[in-house]
Amino acid sequence: MAKAIAEAISQEMERDQHVFVMGEDVGVYGGIFGATQGLLSKFGPERIMDTPISETAFIGAATGAAAEGMRPIVELMFVDFFGVCMDQIYNHLAKNTYMSGGNLHLPVVLTTAIGGGYGDAAQHSQCLYSVFAHIPGLKIVVPSTAYDAKGLMIEAIRDDNPVMYFFHKGLMGLGWMRYPERSVNVVPERSYTIPFGKADVKRPGTDITIVCLAMMVHCALDAAEKLAKEGIEAEVIDLRTLVPLDREAVIASLKKTHKLLVVDEDYLGFGLSGEIAAIAADEAFAYLDAPVKRLAVPNVPIPYSRPLEQFVIPNAEAIAEAARSLAR
Amino acid sequence: MTPSKEQLLEMDRQAWTIRLFEEALAQVYMEGKSPAFDIGSGTIPGEMHLSAGQEPVAVGTCAHLGQEDTVVGTHRAHHFAIAKGVDLKKMAAEIFGKETGLGKGKGGHMHLFDPEHKFSCSGIVGASFPVACGAALAAKKKEKDWVAVAFAGEGAANQGSFHESLNLAALWKLPVIFIIEDNAWAISVAKSKSTAIPYNSQRAAAYGIPGVRVEKNDFLSVYDAAGEAIARARRGEGPTLIEVKTDRYFGHFQGDPELYRPKDEVKSLKAADPIGRFEQTIIAKGLVSRAQLDKERETAIKAVDEAIEFARKSPYPESEEALEQVFA
Repeated sequence: MAKAIAEAISQEMERDQHVFVMGEDVGVYGGIFGATQGLLSKFGPERIMDTPISETAFIGAATGAAAEGMRPIVELMFVDFFGVCMDQIYNHLAKNTYMSGGNLHLPVVLTTAIGGGYGDAAQHSQCLYSVFAHIPGLKIVVPSTAYDAKGLMIEAIRDDNPVMYFFHKGLMGLGWMRYPERSVNVVPERSYTIPFGKADVKRPGTDITIVCLAMMVHCALDAAEKLAKEGIEAEVIDLRTLVPLDREAVIASLKKTHKLLVVDEDYLGFGLSGEIAAIAADEAFAYLDAPVKRLAVPNVPIPYSRPLEQFVIPNAEAIAEAARSLAR
Repeated sequence: MTPSKEQLLEMDRQAWTIRLFEEALAQVYMEGKSPAFDIGSGTIPGEMHLSAGQEPVAVGTCAHLGQEDTVVGTHRAHHFAIAKGVDLKKMAAEIFGKETGLGKGKGGHMHLFDPEHKFSCSGIVGASFPVACGAALAAKKKEKDWVAVAFAGEGAANQGSFHESLNLAALWKLPVIFIIEDNAWAISVAKSKSTAIPYNSQRAAAYGIPGVRVEKNDFLSVYDAAGEAIARARRGEGPTLIEVKTDRYFGHFQGDPELYRPKDEVKSLKAADPIGRFEQTIIAKGLVSRAQLDKERETAIKAVDEAIEFARKSPYPESEEALEQVFA
């Protein structure tokens, strides 16, 4: 996804002089996870700006610059680091449009890395997109493939609202971190957009619906392959965006499969899995043949030690097991 | 201020323990990560930030501290932990993710907690300052002459937490010492590209407290500057800000390609290695003998070997242990 994201940003920067990038190590380094690779040499330090470690200042500055008609893209390395600048995000960036009665547009894209599974422990492995999805006024994008990553990034840059764009480290196609092969799919050179609020059925099925995003899409697809051999056909729905959320896609699938498993790499409590379960209960209760099942990180910080981390983060095996118990 | 002979020998032993421990970890870290480097594989997964080259700031400061004084470190904190007296075996075991580790394998290398020696650290940049203020506040409330030391990199001095903490500590005359390790690089961003003034020590003026710049990566220079600041804090005269010029021998993390850094920089830094200079100086002054220093180095070699061996042989925690200790 890293190359696809960088290409999307590059094409939009060529198209629109108001687009620029700020963040830690986005220049010479090209972003710790490669999302701005090659952009400095192409656009120079005036438009690809390395920042001090002063997130309140530069994320707040993005709000201010956007209000003046600029279209900043701001990277904050890890989602775990957002605590230091949360006020600028949740009290200002997210709310100023509403509080101005719609008179203020803030076309900011905040990008950040999410996800664990590689031993980086409690302060560098979280997902946390649900925290931001909880706050009205932020659009939330979480791609799972290179193709989706490019189209969603261009859509994000062109959107007149604040968009938080979460890329999973394990899907960036990095030379130093294992990634699922299918996350590196064909990306057209041309510019294209993928609309927000449109889930993608990554695998059609008839027996059970698995709703997920980011890395869990790949784990669910692996699980679905196993399940198919056992005669269980799972439908894997990749939400792609949390805000706006494609409720219709979930309901339409449940009309067909009558069983729902929500898989999330974020914490179980008060998050995405609960939200999807609530939609099923509110709007698809009549179609359900079994209670909704949720698989997510139990409510503990991400532990460092490998066996502990593997125990708390859902994987293909755990998904298959949960799906089996539901399909039976 | 001259350290006693015993202190000098202990400083030398600590310096070698740090250097050899980091070099040993650099080797162990690569186990299981070749031919293809995958950050999540091998004996030690995740990020690894090593402190070789930065021994003087830790050792020179902690020489003045007792067990009752507090040290709060950074993401790169092994040298502080060792100098503060944290058990090397338990620390190594934590870094290996083992049950016998300081945090039972839950914290990992960036999150070492040793309440017995009043040591902690954090993977979040700038997080040490407020926590150290709290320890200092507690000492004051308990009417003890204990002090707290917050270490942080020069990049962290651009965080709001730095400025807020300096003001709070000055206002409340807290017995806290803020020590900035200026290793010139915040990952790929040079200090000159991130900081508006040449020396962070100048920033002390804004809060009406002493600001000291230690220009050399030198044990005895740090010992002097820290000694004065710590004595001042113990007398109830409030905080001091010290910035020490120091050198990072390894990359920001292991596997960092360091394309941003001049190729020969580390080579030239190593030519003026602080441990060698320290030993030459104290031998020349007739304070210790070569044989005595060699003995300290031998002790360090043995301690490091034993710690790595202990970590290797220790068992991993049981998976279900992941669910414990979220609350007290």
